[in-house]
Amino acid sequence: MSTRKPAIEIKALYKIYGGNPKVKLDRLRSGACGPDKGSGFVALNNINMTIETGKIFVVMGLSGSGKSTLLRCINRLIDPTAGQIVVNGQDVTIAGKKELRQIRSSMIGMVFQHFALLPHMSVIDNVAFGLRVAGVGRKERRERAGKALELVGLSGWDNRKPSNLSGGMRQRVGLARALVMDTPVLLMDEPFSALDPLIREEMQQELLRLQSTLNKTIVFVTHDPNEAAMIGDRIAILLKGEVVQEGQPIDIVLSPASDYVRDFVRGIDVFKVLSAGQVMDAVCPPMELANKPISEWTKHLSKDFVKLAPDDLIAPYLDELAKEQRALIVVQNDGTPVGTVTPKSVLRALAAHSSLSGSTPKMEKPKAADTTRANAAAERATQ
Amino acid sequence: MDFSEFAGTVATSIDDFTTYLSAHFGLVFDSISTVILGIQQPLATLMTSAPALLIITTVMVGGVLLGRLSLAILSGCGLAFIFVMNLWAPAMVTLSLVLTAAVVALAIGIPIGILIAESKRLNAVAEPILDFMQTMPPFVLLVPAVFFFGVGTVPGIVATIFFAMPLPIRLTAHGLKMVEPEMVEAGEAFGASRLAVLFLIKLPLAFRSIMAGVNQCVMMSLSMVIIASMIGAGGLGDEIIRSISRLQVGRGVEAGLAVVVLAILIDRITRRISEKVDPTA
Repeated sequence: MSTRKPAIEIKALYKIYGGNPKVKLDRLRSGACGPDKGSGFVALNNINMTIETGKIFVVMGLSGSGKSTLLRCINRLIDPTAGQIVVNGQDVTIAGKKELRQIRSSMIGMVFQHFALLPHMSVIDNVAFGLRVAGVGRKERRERAGKALELVGLSGWDNRKPSNLSGGMRQRVGLARALVMDTPVLLMDEPFSALDPLIREEMQQELLRLQSTLNKTIVFVTHDPNEAAMIGDRIAILLKGEVVQEGQPIDIVLSPASDYVRDFVRGIDVFKVLSAGQVMDAVCPPMELANKPISEWTKHLSKDFVKLAPDDLIAPYLDELAKEQRALIVVQNDGTPVGTVTPKSVLRALAAHSSLSGSTPKMEKPKAADTTRANAAAERATQ
Repeated sequence: MDFSEFAGTVATSIDDFTTYLSAHFGLVFDSISTVILGIQQPLATLMTSAPALLIITTVMVGGVLLGRLSLAILSGCGLAFIFVMNLWAPAMVTLSLVLTAAVVALAIGIPIGILIAESKRLNAVAEPILDFMQTMPPFVLLVPAVFFFGVGTVPGIVATIFFAMPLPIRLTAHGLKMVEPEMVEAGEAFGASRLAVLFLIKLPLAFRSIMAGVNQCVMMSLSMVIIASMIGAGGLGDEIIRSISRLQVGRGVEAGLAVVVLAILIDRITRRISEKVDPTA
């Protein structure tokens, strides 16, 4: 698709629990009272989002920030108090019962935090559950479920019960259960937070691997900033039911909109988000080389060179940079070189990042933490 | 102050109400009688006329098939004890009464439990009624049973049904309400209807609780069926009442032991069956 229509559009979404939601809603909208005043708990307060097709959109926030509520509004496991959610051109907020079941089984898959596998069904019956309630015949659903299990690397485990599987494998089943429905949208509610750190990282890689071929629109809820930075094409940060910042991971890391966001993203390893395009010097020393083919750039070099795409992370090249073995040239998709990455250019980008937190003495500590992390990343790069 | 007049009025109005019911709804009570006897009579005939050895062997084979040799041996010894004590026929009658009452109580109770779990409004209505039924002393249940159905097997079974029903209702509803919300969400998120969620997710996951209700229902039926001998339900209870009136302590204890044996066997067998078919195991 050349003209990408947004897969999910959320407009002026509210969810209010308890009290008199209608009255509270009117007061919120007119600004007559804040979300904390009066009766009723405001779980979502005027959420507006556009989620592009084929992207991973991460919703991040602490527990109680409304991120799970937001996710559940998209497939109406929770009914919003007001607002509109359009998924692939269909308004889910006005869908009737039957229509809603149709939307859920054909458009929106879901993966749960604690897997939510049915303990009385075998692995393959769990995967085939959605097909079963959609009325797909036994033979076809076994076949499709088998394929989905293969996709997540679990073929041969068909007839085991979920209780016989490890946590990581259970979530693979959960993923297969969502994938088998072939829905364009996938909702993931902290899917990896119940897993061991090592397994978690493995599953994150697995998800990115699957996503590179499946190109689904994924709404991914997490409270882990590093996970968000690693997985997300875009990140929205929620606080008390409101979006406090939304953007690409690097935007949020380099220019947090508030102290809350800054605290939140402090833990993010910058090298997980720092790409070649962001740390390069836009020009190569002899200025006249701009817009010249790559051969012009390289003939002045006394050493080898590596071509990088602007989106490539620089973390794996840190060691080379330190030893100044090869030149790193950033090349656009069409083959035109646009800049070079040098130790100086990386330092400049890092300085820009740490200047955000480096001005006051009490921020000394995180700065130290950042450098140790940078060292750790450099070490990892050498391995 | 004297409230005797007021108390009298309450009693009179209840009398009037029951008289009205029996006068105008005779057909209903007759058909209830027909259904209950239609189950109990053939069952009693079958169990009393079949050779004791055949029944004992069948139960023992059942025990082996359920994968418990100890269960087979226990039931063999227990039933042999009843036979040797010359209590076989009344024990079989008691068993037929228990099975009839329990089956009817479960057939009504489990669906009611499901409805209560699914509807908050029904739950609000049912809670006080269930409290009332559960705190009512079992003897009191005999009074309306006799009034509507006379004396004999049917009122005994009806009273037993009322006595044994609240617990399976409660345990069914409890089991369904205890199903993890995430399981229900998972079902709904993949497009399952309310009925599909109930039958494919909630009921299988509530199985253990429901089966605990089944077990308790059968056990309570047994104890009530013995009490119901006072209104002529028959079976082992008759032996006990007779030995009380004749001061035959030994005979009374024998019959009492037979009841205990039946209770143990019914309990172990229903438990083993529910273990065996448990979908969540």
